[in-house]
Amino acid sequence: MTAAELIAFAAFEGGVYSQAFPAFGVERRGAPVQAFVRFSDEKIRLRSQVYEPDYIIVQDPTLIGDVDVFKGMTAGGIAIVNTEKPDFDARVPEGVKVYAVDATTIALEELGVPITNTTLMGAFAAATGEIKLESLEHALRSRFSGSMADKNVRAAERAYNLVGGAL
Amino acid sequence: MLEFMEGSHAVAEIVKRCRPQVIAAYPITPQTHIVEDLAQMVANCELDAEYITVESEFSALSACLGASAAGSRVYSATTSQGLALMFEVCFNVAGMRQPIVMTIANRSLGAPLSIWNDQQDSISLRDSGWLQYYAEDNQETVDLHMIAYKVCEDHDILLPAFVCFDGFILSHTYEPVALPTQEEVDAYLPAFNPYQRLDAASPLSMGMYATPDYYMEFRYEIDRAMQRSKQAFIKAGREFGRDYSALVEGYRLEDADTALVAMGSICGTAKDAIDEMRDAGKKVGLLNIRMFRPFPAPEIADALKGVSTVAVLDKNISLGSGGAVGTEVKAALSGSNQAVYDYIIALGGRDVRKRDIAAVVDLAEKGKGDLFYGLRTEVL
Repeated sequence: MTAAELIAFAAFEGGVYSQAFPAFGVERRGAPVQAFVRFSDEKIRLRSQVYEPDYIIVQDPTLIGDVDVFKGMTAGGIAIVNTEKPDFDARVPEGVKVYAVDATTIALEELGVPITNTTLMGAFAAATGEIKLESLEHALRSRFSGSMADKNVRAAERAYNLVGGAL
Repeated sequence: MLEFMEGSHAVAEIVKRCRPQVIAAYPITPQTHIVEDLAQMVANCELDAEYITVESEFSALSACLGASAAGSRVYSATTSQGLALMFEVCFNVAGMRQPIVMTIANRSLGAPLSIWNDQQDSISLRDSGWLQYYAEDNQETVDLHMIAYKVCEDHDILLPAFVCFDGFILSHTYEPVALPTQEEVDAYLPAFNPYQRLDAASPLSMGMYATPDYYMEFRYEIDRAMQRSKQAFIKAGREFGRDYSALVEGYRLEDADTALVAMGSICGTAKDAIDEMRDAGKKVGLLNIRMFRPFPAPEIADALKGVSTVAVLDKNISLGSGGAVGTEVKAALSGSNQAVYDYIIALGGRDVRKRDIAAVVDLAEKGKGDLFYGLRTEVL
């Protein structure tokens, strides 16, 4: 949920309406959870969950075998998958572009903990172009302070440059 | 200025700006974030209020009742089983005419245990004498708290109010909200001026004892105050920056053949669905009921006078009868030749999509209604 909130906040800072919410009721660290984000140039009224995502972020690659994480995606969609094995086995819908990012390693190196929200945010910003780097940095500096902000910005920028270089 | 924040946090921020002097609440999902935030604001001296920690919701509202009777502006928040535990006190608060504002983060009632959203909790307190306002989004949730205090504390009204917003769907959603400044809230909502209060120098009793010679008159007075609150809401709404000058909000109703009627966050999804149906040539509109108590029956009849078919979406069920909103809309439209159907929908947090709204419209136009929408017959 933190990643969804931060992405929506960064998008809002970038000048669009945004909305972020969890799939309610099962928010426990370690349990499979979903959270949803919408962006729009107009006020967002829709309250249903997202069934046909343009973009997905998979934070835990071990889910891929158990859950159809790409469900509802269609051609032109973009998936960002946190994995150290870029050749993971998954049935990706035709036309969906997958970016494999070893966000856990980046997070461990930059933050010292395997919390990948901000790293994947950087990857998302580069892969989709929905969020500008400065909006992302602004969002992180609003959410975190001092050296934590610096570390999270560095983690996000590393993933941003990594994915940006692959584009 | 729009700020991006969680619905619960937006509620805590507007409550802080309304300057309650006493807060008593017991945490319960999905209301918890509101009272956590407020407890922190009091602890940080951002809000000069007495925060009373209690052992149950019954005690929470009892403490609020006493504090209000002693002349304080009072706030609480709850949901679901927590509100059920307040049942007795709710009637006492209204009967003693205490203008307490309480946020309800709407949630289903057990058993079976469900922490998810519907509107069964507040609907089940419909006869308690509390005003009931329902918000479509977090901006309305914020605004309705200010309006509620203004209406409740009006000496011609003196009733408590629920400000209802859908649990999780609004309470846990982050979206842009414009919060008024403290100066703006102070200008809109002056310091609490109690009509009467418990005072040792000038003793009085409240809620004592009414014999059959008096009890009916007490109830009549509450009912009259309820009716007067409609005008107070319109007046309070007009003083507001955004438009709350109507008890009901019509959306694309002008030339509609079929009207949906709903309360709360489902109205947002319905508006998007209506835009799509309109693009496909269907003449569909929505009536968003912002106020369930008092029930704005004449206003609803007037707003719907041009439509031939009405489909009411009820996120509650009066078991053995029907949806509470549908039942009252049917009464409001009795004598007309309009077809009015009720749909029990989204109980216990079942998600509602645009296509579900379109499916309900199709059912209504085929004359099929008064049913549970989306039942999974395979598990029955």
